[in-house]
Amino acid sequence: MSTETLVPYDEALARYEPVLGIETHIELGTKTKMFCGCATEFGAEPNTQVCPVCLGMPGALPVTNRSAIEGIIKIGLALNCSIVEWCRFARKNYFYPDMPKNFQISQYDEPLCVDGYLDVEVDGETYRVEIERVHMEEDTGKSLHVGGATGRIHGADFSLVDYNRAGIPLVEIVTKPIVATGDKAPLVARAYATELRELVRAVGVSDVRMEQGSMRCDVNVSLMPKGASEWGTRTETKNVNSLRSVERAVRFEIERQAGVLDAGGKVIQETRHFQEGTGTTTSGRSKEEAQDYRYFPEPDLVPMAPSREWVEQLRASLPELPAARRRRVQGEWGVADKELQDIVNAGALDLIEETVRAGAEPAAARKWWMNELSRRATEQGAELASLPVTPADVARVSALVAEGSINDKLARQVFDGVLAGEGTPDEVVEKRGLKVVSDEGQLGSVIDEVIAANPDIADKVRGGKVAAAGALVGAVMKATRGQADAGRARELIIEKLTS
Amino acid sequence: MLNEHAAHGSAAAGQARGGGAITRDEVAHLARLSRLALREDELDHLATQLDDIISAVARVQEVAAEDIPPTSHALPLTNVFRADEVRPSLTPDQALSGAPAADEQRFKVPRILDEEA
Ligand SMILES: [Zn+2]
Repeated sequence: MSTETLVPYDEALARYEPVLGIETHIELGTKTKMFCGCATEFGAEPNTQVCPVCLGMPGALPVTNRSAIEGIIKIGLALNCSIVEWCRFARKNYFYPDMPKNFQISQYDEPLCVDGYLDVEVDGETYRVEIERVHMEEDTGKSLHVGGATGRIHGADFSLVDYNRAGIPLVEIVTKPIVATGDKAPLVARAYATELRELVRAVGVSDVRMEQGSMRCDVNVSLMPKGASEWGTRTETKNVNSLRSVERAVRFEIERQAGVLDAGGKVIQETRHFQEGTGTTTSGRSKEEAQDYRYFPEPDLVPMAPSREWVEQLRASLPELPAARRRRVQGEWGVADKELQDIVNAGALDLIEETVRAGAEPAAARKWWMNELSRRATEQGAELASLPVTPADVARVSALVAEGSINDKLARQVFDGVLAGEGTPDEVVEKRGLKVVSDEGQLGSVIDEVIAANPDIADKVRGGKVAAAGALVGAVMKATRGQADAGRARELIIEKLTS
Repeated sequence: MLNEHAAHGSAAAGQARGGGAITRDEVAHLARLSRLALREDELDHLATQLDDIISAVARVQEVAAEDIPPTSHALPLTNVFRADEVRPSLTPDQALSGAPAADEQRFKVPRILDEEA
């Protein structure tokens, strides 16, 4: 099927400069749809959240959901956009059964939010991604294609359509062309999608779950020869559904388009589909006249004119945004860029902050989440946040270590217990009898046994090699199953052997 | 994608331009987009009729001065919003009652795209 020759990535980048564009669709988490009162629960039984408005029945009229407009304005403000003083919805006409009306209500040349930006970081360097527009529209229904080549729309015998999703508020965020990223292009694309997801999540207007389709990216890529001033023909890879796939789709298109250009061919402007399994893109429907949407102002909805007071109220209601938060946290915790990046990537920022708020020292909170608990999450293939241990638990364990009633080794056993559902840290300490033994009487007898069992090492210490005491401390720890106070044990050993 | 819309968007929108007319080809194009199977004689007939209608409507532009903005809505209203409160939906039976075909509680529609060439 494919006669494509790929050019190795580094070679492609040596000769060509990529230009990117990213269009992101985000479903808002409102209780009801954009233009009707139907619920928006994910995963409901088919066609249980539909009404005459979202089924496009004759005579039904849409009314705009105020929360959705507040949501998009908040996203626009968080992206440093201007909110226009007046704009309209537009009707986008197309003949396709995912919208029962045969049109989608969208915005055309009058988007609600314009001219913003989002700064993203890749390898310690900041790239400013300019935002062209943020506009409001409605999501489409979901089709199940039956027969033909399994599950594909082409040649299916028929399709079954569920309109529960039709009419859910959808925000489309369109970047300006992203230039001068060179070989970092795939990483910049991924960093943009990551940062946008964090931002919208922080604003609190969507759950932005790519795996459930509440955030979807379309990625435009074109190549031009290095030093050229005119951009090449671009392709649009649709519905890229994970952050990793955004990176891979850009990388693959660079390698593929370089192959086409190197062979003296022309890149065809088309829609392409990302294939998760192979990390490749394949040619989709050619555009022909499918793009002739005959937009016109939506006659069933009056214009929107958000007052400046309303916009300022919404701006004031924005929470601390991710970039500002990272700067603040970095200052408070005194961590390096790399460590902060690791914390963010591990999904530990919220957890550590809550742990600190619950009374732990930042260094201790970081240590437990990033080392001990991250390791366990990785072992289980689980998200850190989904482990059955709370920031309050971690703060309590830190407190127990700080007051000296347990040590790090025992703390690990406390986490074992908490994760196994044995209760709170205090309950686990109680049930398992975990307590540092520093009592001279209890430790003394263990030390005597250890000295007796290791006469050679004991002689070395007696002869002045105090460093050799470490091996005896280790033996004491082993004998007490980690419960001995190591510092106290060391003092006692040296006292016994040298005085 | 948006640029393409700008390029094609208004060309076939049936807006009057210059002398105010619509060609037979444009009518055929619109019919295809609307999935209307028009016969040749129907195309001839409709193209002439539409051309007359559009030319007549286009005369409005002759009196529209610079200071009169285009009208898209008859009501002088803005910001008509509703609260985000759930209202009852239809039952699936009600929703599907008017559908020509249904299966698995879904609307059943004919093949959308043919096999790829
Ligand atoms: Zn509805």
